[in-house]
Amino acid sequence: MSAVGLLSVRDLAVAFRTRDGVARAVDGVSFDVAEREILGIVGESGSGKSLTVLAILDLIGDPNAIVSGSIRFRGAELVGQSPDVLRRLRGGAIAMIFQDPMTALTPVHTIGAQIMEQIRIHTGLSRHGARARAVELLDAVGLPDPARAAGRYPQELSGGQRQRAVIAMALSCNPALLLADEPTTALDVTVQAQILDLIRRLRDDFGSAVILITHNLGVVAETADRVAVMYSGRIIETASTAALFADPRHPYTWGLLGSMPELGGARRARLATIPGLPPALDRRPKGCAFAPRCGFARAECAVRPPLIGEAGHRAACIIPAAERAGARDQALAA
Amino acid sequence: MAGTVLRRLAHMIAVLFGISVLVFLIFFATPGANPAARIAGKDASPQTIARVEKQFGLNRPLPVQYALMMKKLFVTRNLTSFVNLGEKVVPQVFKAAPVTLSLVSGAAVIWIGFAILIGALAAAFRGGWIDRLLMVLSLIGISMPVFWVGTMANLITQGAYHHTWLFSWVPPLGYIPFSRSPLGWFKALVIPWITLAILYIGLYARVLRAALIETMQEDFIRTARAKGLSERQVLLRHALRCSLVSVVTLFGLDFGVLVGGGALLTEVVFGLQGVGYLTYQALETLDLPMIMATVIYASVFVVVSNAAVDIVYAAFDPRMRVRR
Repeated sequence: MSAVGLLSVRDLAVAFRTRDGVARAVDGVSFDVAEREILGIVGESGSGKSLTVLAILDLIGDPNAIVSGSIRFRGAELVGQSPDVLRRLRGGAIAMIFQDPMTALTPVHTIGAQIMEQIRIHTGLSRHGARARAVELLDAVGLPDPARAAGRYPQELSGGQRQRAVIAMALSCNPALLLADEPTTALDVTVQAQILDLIRRLRDDFGSAVILITHNLGVVAETADRVAVMYSGRIIETASTAALFADPRHPYTWGLLGSMPELGGARRARLATIPGLPPALDRRPKGCAFAPRCGFARAECAVRPPLIGEAGHRAACIIPAAERAGARDQALAA
Repeated sequence: MAGTVLRRLAHMIAVLFGISVLVFLIFFATPGANPAARIAGKDASPQTIARVEKQFGLNRPLPVQYALMMKKLFVTRNLTSFVNLGEKVVPQVFKAAPVTLSLVSGAAVIWIGFAILIGALAAAFRGGWIDRLLMVLSLIGISMPVFWVGTMANLITQGAYHHTWLFSWVPPLGYIPFSRSPLGWFKALVIPWITLAILYIGLYARVLRAALIETMQEDFIRTARAKGLSERQVLLRHALRCSLVSVVTLFGLDFGVLVGGGALLTEVVFGLQGVGYLTYQALETLDLPMIMATVIYASVFVVVSNAAVDIVYAAFDPRMRVRR
């Protein structure tokens, strides 16, 4: 993994106290993000990817959630940190973009007022200076007529415009790390591409590192430098984007790749799906969580496999390298 | 915004017309009842009934009767009572209106202020002992009948403790016009205000707490937290503004009803000759012109205050504005 760590997450676990005991929704996740790096976290609903990033800023907001492990940002531990310290980080050095721009903005304040509010918490800027900066940001994210847009209410903007406004707000204090939780899922396909383009440009224009959460491998392929694939609360494969697409190692990753429609490729009769459903949190198998759905499961899968492989590309699967190519071809051809 | 206001005012006038027609029909066109005999009062002589019939044009078509009645109410304002002979009804209502308005407006200021304070505190400390204590207190406030609270307040401030330093400033029961003495006006009304407000403080605090807790689950609250706002800022700047809508709705209805005579019990207990008191007396003596005048007056207030509230709504919450 990278040498210059901006964020370093080790053995992060998020558990929920429930009536039937403790359910571990995120179960020992470790990853690093370097300065100006875009890390994609891919997984299906319920894989724990959103909880992982919400835990970074302690935004889970459920009194029954227990976060354990270590999250270090620029060397400082965040888990168990006082609310005041976390609050200064939120929206300042670490900013967040949410999935649904339709509901992410307060309906009774104008876009401009909401951006100004954030600027004025974190900087000593005057009202006037904050307004100028807000308009500048709205311009930078490509909202047409930014001065007028600043005076509008969220519901007067389209979904794509709102997401731009949300991004402008997130960028307002030049965050070193941007957490983007499915920023394009709720948008039209054409708008999705523009927003992704914008996120990619952030690194150049604002110098931000990005954690991009998505369930869409296509989004990752276009945007991320590195990818972590999550399944049932664990990272099961992590690699550079190029390596992941060239040489995917985990059968779940194959399943994800197989279920992507290919543009220009031969049109298949129907898209491949992964049989079965992810396990319920409290009924996760002792060994590999994917084994019950895996076509290549064997007796050894009853023991939880560690992430194995070289530094840049590791997967939690015991299929030996020699058999891997054959199995993969078989899986992707299915 | 201006469009919203104009549309709402036009709407209001239409509703007022509808109500006046309805009230008129109830009193003048109920099958089997003789409006002349009713207007003339109990045990009226045939001569009086004949005079009433002529004066109100009761032998002419209904639209003419309606027009005559409205003329008496709003234009010439010379509708007279036949129970209290010769007494003009409309000036009485106009004399009673400022009393009721003073009582209800003052109480409204108190109950809105306290309800917001209590609701916000309870929501902020949701589940804690502060929340539970405040909610139990509000429930007690809602459960206490206003006439009992008023009587108790009178016993304490006018009776047993009137001569202690605590309550010696309380003037005797009754209304002191603001124009005569603003301080006297305030002193005479402060106890009725609190009495009337208690019920609504409890009610509104509970409604606001529920609305706040619901709003705090919204996505935009998470965004506000992610911006680095403190919990207090999130609650006051983002959640409260959105939650006040439910309180404003209630307020429109309650304020209208109270000004329209709903504060009757408080008025009677504290000897305030307001609209509720007037209606109460008119009902006792079956004084139909007076009832008619107070009912129409009350409905005007309910409708006007509702319109005012809708306009306040639009100012509060841009989602409510009519987009054209």
